[in-house]
Amino acid sequence: MATPASTAAANSAVKTKNTRKVDTRPFLWPSVIVLFLWMIVPLAMTLYYSVINYNLLDPSFTGFAGLENYKFLLEDPSLWTSMWNTLVLVGSVLIISVVVGALLAVLYNARFPGRNIARLLVIAPFFVMPTVSALIWKNMMLHPVNGFVAWLQSALGMVPTDWFSQYPMLSIILIVSWQWVPFAFLILLTAIQSLDSEQQEAARIDGAGPVAMFFYIVLPHLQRSISVVIMIESIFLLAIFAEIYVTTSGGPGLATTNLSYLIYSVGLLQFDVGYASAGGVIAVILANIVAIFLIRTVSRNMQKA
Amino acid sequence: MQNSSDNKLWLTVLGWTVALMIFFPIFWMALTSFKTEVEAVSTPSLLFAPTLENYAQVFERSDYLKFAWNSIYVSFGSTLLALAFAIPAAYSMAFFPSKRTPGTLLWMLSTKMMPPVGVLIPIYLLFRDMGLLDTATGLMIIYTLMNLPIVIWMLYTYFKDVPIEILEAGRVDGVTPVQELFMLLIPLAIPGIASTGLLSVILSWNEAFWSLNLTSSQGAPLTAFIASYSAPQGLFWAKLSAASLMAIAPILVVGWMSQKQLVSGLTFGAVK
Repeated sequence: MATPASTAAANSAVKTKNTRKVDTRPFLWPSVIVLFLWMIVPLAMTLYYSVINYNLLDPSFTGFAGLENYKFLLEDPSLWTSMWNTLVLVGSVLIISVVVGALLAVLYNARFPGRNIARLLVIAPFFVMPTVSALIWKNMMLHPVNGFVAWLQSALGMVPTDWFSQYPMLSIILIVSWQWVPFAFLILLTAIQSLDSEQQEAARIDGAGPVAMFFYIVLPHLQRSISVVIMIESIFLLAIFAEIYVTTSGGPGLATTNLSYLIYSVGLLQFDVGYASAGGVIAVILANIVAIFLIRTVSRNMQKA
Repeated sequence: MQNSSDNKLWLTVLGWTVALMIFFPIFWMALTSFKTEVEAVSTPSLLFAPTLENYAQVFERSDYLKFAWNSIYVSFGSTLLALAFAIPAAYSMAFFPSKRTPGTLLWMLSTKMMPPVGVLIPIYLLFRDMGLLDTATGLMIIYTLMNLPIVIWMLYTYFKDVPIEILEAGRVDGVTPVQELFMLLIPLAIPGIASTGLLSVILSWNEAFWSLNLTSSQGAPLTAFIASYSAPQGLFWAKLSAASLMAIAPILVVGWMSQKQLVSGLTFGAVK
């Protein structure tokens, strides 16, 4: 925010004066109440289901389970496989989107004819709904017989690859990266545009080449935006579901089952509510670890503003 | 001088090549939607007689309009609902902050961190018991709650930039907070409210976790309808492409127009 600290202070002084006269808290209550219910009721239910025996297909399976669901879950290799897959998926996409996003931001910050249109083309994948992205890639791009990539491969004299059975996780990473690189690009481009041009000019006069410029001037400037990209993408990437649902359904075997997909398949395909809820609690704990870092960054920014 | 114009040429070539490669899947899909099914799966070619047959087929064979209407109803309905909750809340926090305001804002943000899969089972069971499964209205409620924190945050940052002197003048004349909100602030902040609304519409339109899990046919929006093309029986790439292009085109245009606001909205004001 460009507001100088002095005006902000003056504004808040004016506001404190007014707080005494009118009470606007009733304006805030509806939002606070619905968000509180939205946060607490389903979570409490997940916690409750996770300690009881509850299967939608077996009404006789009831009673308090204690930590049984958690015990079975932690002993279940599919939990660890899916946690590992989640880690691989989130980690790879984060690295790809930050690295490629930063390179693209540098490229499209430079002036050349038609730059603005080129930028629009680059950010387009971010606005495509996940089910459409996944199906374009699954069929028209990566299909082993009729896909565009298979055609390219045979034109070059190579044997077409059956991407989703030979490299299932790589294919998912490719689709998800295609969607999220543009987001990183958009954020990092905005950050680069706020780079001080005098500082750049001074470095250039001192003889800094493009590589040195990138590592000593651009990258340090981007640090905060990169951390924002990493944290926001993590929230969405931990919850990736549709891309897997329409392409591999978690397979072959468990090769592309992440935590979201595992919980969905245990809960809504096998109807084991208790077991799936224990998985849900684990997902919430994982997400909260990420969230703590995000909240810290944002609150630091709030204090600066 | 020669060197710098050479550089410019390389930059132009590189910039355009990369952009076209990234955009290629969308372009290819758009092209496929004007081919026949046979052409769609045969050797890639740019030369073909364009046909609108697939579009006609999509409307004829499926209830495309119903799904499109569900998408519109769900995303615009949830956006209007979220704005109705968020505008007064953001007004109160922006102009009458208390000691607890920063904490409240952060707490609202933290509700956004809840992974949807963590509450999938209870929401599914609640919806089943309340008869909300496979209804667009049920989905609308979820999207409202899902986007409310972002909407409040964005409005809060916009309201902070409204010159307080204008509101001050009104207060001297004795307007109540309700009048101040409706007659002074909302007209002043219309651009901010509009871009917040656009972001909320985009997010709801493209949401595919809840729509796939909570709806199947009657209440399904376009995200869930398109997913039904993933069924292995038969390859209908041209029809899939036609249905997909119609589903993404409006949001692509809206997204292109509002990219700047999107950055500040999606990063909760951390990057502007």
